[in-house]
Amino acid sequence: MDMSGANSLRQGPDDQGRFGQFGGRFVAETLMPLILDLEAAYRTARADDAFNAEIVHLAKHYTGRPSPLYFADRLTEAYGGARIYFKREELNHTGSHKINNCLGQILLAKRMGKTRIIAETGAGQHGVATATVCAKFGLPCTIFMGATDVERQRPNVLRMKMLGAEVRPVTAGAGTLKDAMNEALRDWVTNVESTYYLIGTAAGPHPYPEMVRDFQSVIGTELRAQMLETEGRLPDALVACIGGGSNAIGFFHPFLDDEGVAIYGAEAGGHGIDVENGHAASMTGGRPGVLHGNRTYLLQDADGQILEGHSISAGLDYPGVGPEHSFLRDSGRVKYMPITDAQALEAFQLCTRLEGIIPALETAHGLALVKAIAPTMRPDQTIVLCLSGRGDKDVESVGRLLEGQL
Amino acid sequence: MGSDRIGARFAAVKAEGRPALVTFVMAGDPDLATSQAILDGLPRAGADIIELGMPFSDPMADGVAIQLAGQRALESGQTLRQTLAMVEDFRRKDSQTPIVLMGYYNPIYIFGVDAFLAAAREAGVDGLIVVDLPPEEDGELCIPALEAGISFIRLTTPTTDDRRLPAVLKNTSGFVYYVSMTGVTGAAIANRERVGEAVRRIKAHTALPVAVGFGIKNAEDAAFIGRDADGVVVGSAIISAIADTLDDGRPTEGTVGAAHGLVAELAAGVRRARG
Repeated sequence: MDMSGANSLRQGPDDQGRFGQFGGRFVAETLMPLILDLEAAYRTARADDAFNAEIVHLAKHYTGRPSPLYFADRLTEAYGGARIYFKREELNHTGSHKINNCLGQILLAKRMGKTRIIAETGAGQHGVATATVCAKFGLPCTIFMGATDVERQRPNVLRMKMLGAEVRPVTAGAGTLKDAMNEALRDWVTNVESTYYLIGTAAGPHPYPEMVRDFQSVIGTELRAQMLETEGRLPDALVACIGGGSNAIGFFHPFLDDEGVAIYGAEAGGHGIDVENGHAASMTGGRPGVLHGNRTYLLQDADGQILEGHSISAGLDYPGVGPEHSFLRDSGRVKYMPITDAQALEAFQLCTRLEGIIPALETAHGLALVKAIAPTMRPDQTIVLCLSGRGDKDVESVGRLLEGQL
Repeated sequence: MGSDRIGARFAAVKAEGRPALVTFVMAGDPDLATSQAILDGLPRAGADIIELGMPFSDPMADGVAIQLAGQRALESGQTLRQTLAMVEDFRRKDSQTPIVLMGYYNPIYIFGVDAFLAAAREAGVDGLIVVDLPPEEDGELCIPALEAGISFIRLTTPTTDDRRLPAVLKNTSGFVYYVSMTGVTGAAIANRERVGEAVRRIKAHTALPVAVGFGIKNAEDAAFIGRDADGVVVGSAIISAIADTLDDGRPTEGTVGAAHGLVAELAAGVRRARG
């Protein structure tokens, strides 16, 4: 836990796993002893120099860290206003930020003596990263993926299978990320002794939101040093896309106490925030509730039933969000804004054509938010986007959407 | 008062030298009218205590049978308010049989905890089982429920060790619900003998009755588990009996009778448990 002062926004969570009113441990009794063990094991590991050194070693030699900071000159010219930088997480091994968290958690799972790994995945990025570390560390793994997502993210399904993972399509509900998470929780409760649940986003019961944030904070910590080296000062604005919000929280967290840094999160606005069940912007269009182990902003109806949500991007298609984001929303520190499918698709194309970088559709939501913010800033200011994932996996589905235009 | 009805019922069946039959049905499955008819007839069919499921979109601790029942209920338009109204309706005809509402926290949280407890008390609800509220979250609903005179029945599981058991039992009232396995509802019990040991272990820590649920499918299971347990809980098997009669999700002539028929068999089973 960070102890940088009484007024720090970086102190959470408290002993009960709360960030203000958000977070907590809303799980079945069967899982509760395991979650307490996990927390204890995590605290011990973090205090162990050997554990931390192994993470640093793997980050450098396996993931390829630090990820570059890149000045996007042509996009800066096209959008006008602030100088646009990308933090290139898509260059990591497996193509997204997800590997940062997976390496940390698999080392923890090994320390805890677990012999089997399960995970949920939406776009498949976390599934691929999990399958990858399971291959490297020789642990069997089962990935739960909504049947709808299995269809729209076929390349990632193939990658997971080649890496030796079992991919279990989930047909319950709408067959997307929330249903995959339900099914993963059901598996966990059944195989609680042997199995480690490697959650991919900064959500779920305490200590997952804290743990995932810590493993992802390497992104923001590196960026701090890189900006000081490149520009001689901190960035003026940060932008990241938010599904559950793992890349965003790792990107934002080291800057939360720096008042001069404006911070923005792009939520999935889908067909538009006014379209009922037509978006996945839980912090713009939802309200606090309890799901998947934590209290957070959720898309739900008047009776407290959870809505499926919609996004063009399978990775943002989740009706909740990590609890620390809910806290940062209510505190006003971070501004969260919805970006529609159409805006994301347009930004996806522009970045591809101008920078030669094909971003993930998730990341394209952040790009579209940069388009809205950069022109309101001065040319001597800087805005940094967390380029959280590469778009190879989306080429097929974007191709279908752009039929006739290519 | 809520827990009085539960306590009185366990005392009555104990005097008969048998375990209580606790039956679970999902409110609104397959529709409101059929579900009310099933509920109303349960005591006559042999149920001693009724667990009434509050449907939720994301039942993370439930197997397929109860998942589908919840889905049918929600598709037919069931709400938490209607579930409370079902209890109220039942209470007009039956003032003795305890009713425990079972489900997940979010619909209650969105209804508003205080408003929900007041409405539940008014309707004649005796207890609550909320799967995703462990003792660590007692401030949310457990303490307010106890203050409102409604029992809060806790689940204990094979992973709840002796070190943790006292904390789990601390604010439990009415009875203790022992989950027979690590798993979701509707799965099969791997080792029935183990269940008896677990019940005896829990009883060493509490004077409350211990009911066992998860994986009890028929009269024979009920008789076996009922040798050691003060109550046996059957849910998925009754839900499946209902589901088997449906025509494209809609009730047929046999629907209500199928539920009550199985409950009658189970009632005979618990009466053989210690015979």
